Amino acid sequence: MAETTLAPPEVQAETLLDSNELVLNMGPQHPSTHGVLRVILKLDGETVLGTDCVIGYLHRGVEKIAENRTFQQFAPYVDRMDYVAAVSNGLGYCMAVEKLLDAEVPPRAQAVRVILTELNRIASHLLWLGTHALDIGAITPVFLCFREREEVLKIFENYCGARLTTHAFRIGGLQYETYDTFEKQCLDLCDLMEQKLKEYHDLLTGNRIWVRRTKGVGILNAADCKDYGVTGPLIRAAGIEWDLRKAQPYCGYENYDFDIPTAETGDTFDRYMVRMEEMVQSCRIIRQAVDALPEGPIKGKVGKVIKPPPGEAYVSIEAPKGELGYYIVSDGSLNPYRVRVRPPSFVNLGALDKMCRGSLVADVVAIIGTIDIVLGEVDR
Amino acid sequence: MANLINTFLLTDLLKGLWTTFKNQKPSKVVTEQYPLNRPPVAERYRGAPRLNTHPETSETLCISCNLCALACPEQLIVVTSERNPETKRKDLTTFTYDVSRCMFCGLCEDACPVDALELTQDFELATYTREGQIWDRQMLEEGPLPVRYTH
Repeated sequence: MAETTLAPPEVQAETLLDSNELVLNMGPQHPSTHGVLRVILKLDGETVLGTDCVIGYLHRGVEKIAENRTFQQFAPYVDRMDYVAAVSNGLGYCMAVEKLLDAEVPPRAQAVRVILTELNRIASHLLWLGTHALDIGAITPVFLCFREREEVLKIFENYCGARLTTHAFRIGGLQYETYDTFEKQCLDLCDLMEQKLKEYHDLLTGNRIWVRRTKGVGILNAADCKDYGVTGPLIRAAGIEWDLRKAQPYCGYENYDFDIPTAETGDTFDRYMVRMEEMVQSCRIIRQAVDALPEGPIKGKVGKVIKPPPGEAYVSIEAPKGELGYYIVSDGSLNPYRVRVRPPSFVNLGALDKMCRGSLVADVVAIIGTIDIVLGEVDR
Repeated sequence: MANLINTFLLTDLLKGLWTTFKNQKPSKVVTEQYPLNRPPVAERYRGAPRLNTHPETSETLCISCNLCALACPEQLIVVTSERNPETKRKDLTTFTYDVSRCMFCGLCEDACPVDALELTQDFELATYTREGQIWDRQMLEEGPLPVRYTH
């Protein structure tokens, strides 16, 4: 990656005067960098010769905070990494600690976990769709997407009392039992989504502006995806059927019947189609899980004081943005010795330079949007 | 051929515009006029903390066990108590809760063995001073004064 690192301005000044190259800062306060991402663009006219990401503007030291908190106390902090998909973060963290403890999670708790994470996937993809379309210039989808996302957030609010930073799961199971109309609300949401996805397709899929702005933009082929460690919808859009829910099923995903949507070329349009189809598949999973919601306890046999034996555990789940991994080392005390997070957006952002080279400045906006980054997770 | 017609008549754009137009109906408006109409929050909503008292005797339910303070990730709860020589129990003297640092995770509420500490549905916590965010026992028991908006 050394060739992409740009020299400081004073070194470049002379060479820049001779050439037509221009170094342009994009961000950190740019409305379409999805937060505080700063991209240094090296341009030749409108063409991007190279990019350099500057991250860390939202660094809060979450991994270090973990070392000063008990295992239960750290659970609310993981929601604040990928705040768009807080439930998935909570699931990954809880599963990693459960692996350390060797604790069993009751089937009912697992089914509710699946329902909530799939709802979160829909919410995350809806937010992505709205903001991505807004970046490219379609204003309407963001209003429609936020309207439907509101319905998902209402379920979260009814279930656990919070809309965004949910803290829905606890180590060993769940804290809250489902409420009376939980099943009905989930099924209603699935019906609503199927109806509304048609509207989104009407707005975008056939639209010539959308197609021209996304087709053939930011291509990342299968080999490059593997080289960069890219996961999630990006690798599926490149044609590789890689989904941790199928590859190494967790939380009872092996019991649900769903497909992995894939596409071929791996451009921005394909990633859009993959994510749209993922929302349909999420609805399918939610329906099956709600229909077969088992009765029983919601919390496994986990003591009030969580003190895992010395050891280490790595658990990765399929978050809306890709493979989300938690690596936890325990030294047998109340606090984790070390927590390391493998955030999907951080790894996916690494492929930005590869996708941007040779494209236009306006396409950089589309490419940043299509990676679906959340800077809270990139910087942690 | 179909593509050519599409190019001249811009059917795809009209389709999108029609979708936009369909959502313009006043009955489909989802905006909430917030200060005028308060949205109902969920039953389990985690908002302003409250220290419950006995409904009849109005004595505090808190047994000063300090479990909430231990459960809190931000360590923002301070409970002090003194031993009552007659009943041999701890009597609560002060209870401080720093709302400005609270992230409403609900761990204190879960830890409370007697349901004394509770996160209520009140969500309007803005104050003009930082000091106003540190709630003492009286504030926690009586709750913040209701705010009325005039405009």
